[in-house]
Amino acid sequence: MEASAQIYHNVIMDRFRSPRSAGRPENFDAEAEGNNPMCGDRIHLYFGREGARVSHESEGCAIMIASAELMADAVAGKTPAQIRDLRADFESVVTTGAENPALGDLNALANISEYRSRIRCATLPWATLGLALKEAE
Amino acid sequence: MSASIKLQPFDLAAIRRDFPILESQVHGRRLVFLDSAASAQKPRAVIDAMVFAMEHQYANVHRGLHWMSERTSDAYEAVRDKVAKLLNAASRDEIVFTRNGTESINLVAYTYGRAILQPGDAVVVSEMEHHANLVPWQMLRDAHGVELRIVKITDAGEVDFNSLEEQFADGRVKLLAVTHMSNVLGTYTPVERLAKFAHERGAKILLDGCQAIVHRQVDVQAIDADFYVFSGHKLYGPSGIGILYAKREILESMPPFMGGGDMISSVSYERSTWAKPPHRFEAGTPAILETIGLGAAIDYVEAIGFPAIAAHERELTEHAIAVLSEISGLRILGSAQDRGGVISFTMEGAHAHDIATLLDRQGIAVRAGHHCAEPLMGRLGVTATARASFALYTTIEEIDALAAGLIRVKQVFG
Ligand SMILES: Cc1ncc(COP(=O)(O)O)c(C=O)c1O
Repeated sequence: MEASAQIYHNVIMDRFRSPRSAGRPENFDAEAEGNNPMCGDRIHLYFGREGARVSHESEGCAIMIASAELMADAVAGKTPAQIRDLRADFESVVTTGAENPALGDLNALANISEYRSRIRCATLPWATLGLALKEAE
Repeated sequence: MSASIKLQPFDLAAIRRDFPILESQVHGRRLVFLDSAASAQKPRAVIDAMVFAMEHQYANVHRGLHWMSERTSDAYEAVRDKVAKLLNAASRDEIVFTRNGTESINLVAYTYGRAILQPGDAVVVSEMEHHANLVPWQMLRDAHGVELRIVKITDAGEVDFNSLEEQFADGRVKLLAVTHMSNVLGTYTPVERLAKFAHERGAKILLDGCQAIVHRQVDVQAIDADFYVFSGHKLYGPSGIGILYAKREILESMPPFMGGGDMISSVSYERSTWAKPPHRFEAGTPAILETIGLGAAIDYVEAIGFPAIAAHERELTEHAIAVLSEISGLRILGSAQDRGGVISFTMEGAHAHDIATLLDRQGIAVRAGHHCAEPLMGRLGVTATARASFALYTTIEEIDALAAGLIRVKQVFG
């Protein structure tokens, strides 16, 4: 589908089809609920302080679910302050489309900047993680 | 102006030329616009009528004693006659101009709901209402102690008359507020039967005609509707103008909605008295240009004629159901006997948003999400659907483009 499917490439589709961080963990320190009232995307996120472990139960589109997955990878082992910085950097990538070499696989979502109504799908997991971090404090 | 309306043969190519936007390219492809149920595109006649008013015939209405104001008032008030004729209302005074269908329902909930309905009375809506015909009644319930009841729909997406009987059983229902055509399932409701049902049990009926008015000839007297509402922008007119029809004696019993200029008979610091309907409900400077635009839209639609429009759209809908049903993993929601050109569907493994984004990249505009009907999504067991909707300018080729586009979506998500 040439350029038309650019955002639906391997990394995104793999993580959407076979999520690795999905489900409710036995132990966690905080949880938060995020939803996008415009479209009905929903994510329930669990955060474990030790090692900054993130799991999620999601109902929504491929972009949202892949973003939650890549986020869980990216924040593992980070401090809350580092996670907040990462979120700001990620939001800059998905709104400007300019990849950031420091962000690794998260750059897989850079193209979403061209799909304006979908940026919120990519940022929803991060906003929800922000809520969980606050609760964990 | 109606004397100048001549019925023309249904010429789709000519109709498409009337809508300048249909020439547009999106992502390098010819636009395939299948989202008319959200808002329809505008014919040249509507655009020209509004531009003409701004260039040659504009002033505030009902206020000036000068030539420009009188002419503008005439053009504006002529639209009330057109709407009355469109709906076959008994009188032009039964037509209230609002901003949209949502405002029309809120107006009824706020005025009729608070002044005529009493705490302990019940209002019934169906499971397939747009939020516009649900939330105002919830607000009335919370503010005024009116009970809100929900009538079930069948799996086919039709009003369940057994459930309706149950909801009416205790005799407390005073208003049945129900859609004339579902914006999700495409179902037409049996409005004559529903009106008779409500009236036999001492209730009034409000019909949300936002979708139906676009596709069918509506006769409020034949239906015996007490209230009928719609929005101009779905009927090929501009946004910002909506209609509330209500029977004269009901409008006369209702207090004003908003206060201000134009809606009064006399004002002093002690007391103001209200103008007669419909002006009682039209406070402030109205949407003058948009109303004039709606008048042009009604002329346009009537010149083509509802029988021709309905026949064309029936053909489109049948074709769409046939070609979409062939795509494996695609599920069309609802299967009402009487349905129109609104088709919601889901696809195995692909979320509605992803479907819409991939179609958009092929120039095809569909809607995805809950369609302002979250409780209905729950009833159908889905969180979101994709929706294709048809208009008088839609072609069979566009539906084939949709089917081809969906097959490509399957390739990505299969
Ligand atoms: C059935 C139905 N009712 C009400 C509305 C609300 O229309 P508007 O937003 O123009 O007030 C819509 C449009 O989305 C609709 O489809």
